[in-house]
Amino acid sequence: MSKARVLVGTRKGAFVLTSDAKRERWDISGPHFAGWEIYHLKGSPADPNRLYASQCSGWFGQLIQRSRDGGQTWEPVGNQFVYDGVPGTHQWYDGTQHPWKFARVWHLEPSLTDPDTVYAGVEDAALFRSIDGGQTWQEISGLRGHGSGPSWQPGAGGMCLHTIVLDRSNPERMFTAISAAGVFRTDDAGKTWRPMNRGLQSQGIPDPNAEVGHCVHRIAMHPSRPSVLFMQKHWDVMRSDDAGESWREVSGNLPSDFGFPIDVHAHEPNTIYVIPIKSDSEHYPPDGKLRVYRSRTGGNEWEALTKGLPQRDCYVNVLRDAMAVDALDSCGVYFGTTGGQVYGSADAGDSWAPIVRDLPAVLSVEVQTLS
Amino acid sequence: MIRVVLPAHLRKLAGVDAEVGLDVEGLVTQRSVLDALETRYPMLRGTIRDQITQERRAFVRFFACARDLSHEHPDDPLPDAVATAAEPFLVIGAMAGG
Repeated sequence: MSKARVLVGTRKGAFVLTSDAKRERWDISGPHFAGWEIYHLKGSPADPNRLYASQCSGWFGQLIQRSRDGGQTWEPVGNQFVYDGVPGTHQWYDGTQHPWKFARVWHLEPSLTDPDTVYAGVEDAALFRSIDGGQTWQEISGLRGHGSGPSWQPGAGGMCLHTIVLDRSNPERMFTAISAAGVFRTDDAGKTWRPMNRGLQSQGIPDPNAEVGHCVHRIAMHPSRPSVLFMQKHWDVMRSDDAGESWREVSGNLPSDFGFPIDVHAHEPNTIYVIPIKSDSEHYPPDGKLRVYRSRTGGNEWEALTKGLPQRDCYVNVLRDAMAVDALDSCGVYFGTTGGQVYGSADAGDSWAPIVRDLPAVLSVEVQTLS
Repeated sequence: MIRVVLPAHLRKLAGVDAEVGLDVEGLVTQRSVLDALETRYPMLRGTIRDQITQERRAFVRFFACARDLSHEHPDDPLPDAVATAAEPFLVIGAMAGG
């Protein structure tokens, strides 16, 4: 029988939520790594029992944890992230150059085909890969070597590589997104990269052709349609129909086009979800109403999904990695808030219920569909 | 035998009790103690000091014999009481919010 396993990273530990396909009753385990920040944890598509977690702390730095049994037990693996060659410098907030320095792992993306291969997006922005189950890490330095690196600059949350999208139809192709540099694509398995930011308009960057400097919050792709990408930018929801070569705005009738996560329905490649946030300085839902917005047209036309979500006095945020979908017959959608709630919908967003209400602030939500 | 006391998070990570006993060859210094600690508990690498620069992490402090040794040179000898195991070498997570 199928079931769903939701992996939740929080400010003070990780939690694993499991349910059968009905997704009505949930078992909750955790906190794993109690007291540590868990920026992200994710399972291998090639072996669902293999999980990787990014564990960090302001006191004790970065650890990577690996599970071989679906999150019941964990073992620390390699945590040495060394930039390839001379690290160089990037732009600091005041415009001066600042040495590249590792801070933490924001996102772990296991390979689609090999449980021992996993990618890590880190702050200061770089992409690392392990091919031995996380024991050792090597930088894919062609990304920082693109040449624009010295002009990259941190967003308010740090200069992080937060999104890694793999293309099931083309193992040589991969997308990454960096705040605040933008989207980059490789077509040769990471040797060389190109910025993919044409069409992005960013306040404070008057040049509409600026190659980098855009604060991309998240990109998403449906595996059946790898040339179509959706983006939640600092402001604006965007769409590309040519694998990132160009972007157009699809914010349409959203009450705010600021937000962090974006995701695609598991079975409907043109159905997408965002969670509007009031503004870049007011990180909570407009009007105190927590609403997921769904577009069945790939953008522009959006409907508010509110059933089961608080519609007054709600002032939480939903971070960029904190929304995910399962692949059960009726697509499940999940998101976690900075108020510690994890909401789930077993009917593609039509109705919602809290799976758990009082976790630490949620940093990430991933889902595994298990058979 | 050198006695080392770790903060709670690192005890849990290493799977040890409150106090760790280490055999340290040669001069007993911060560096030699931490080298021995990390050799025996490799999961602690990078949590107390940077793996590349070997610099103490900013929010970790070292105490022994009621003294803050955090700013001592890592190759300076630790107090005799630490070297003779009369006193433990304390690794402390600094008090800072969170």
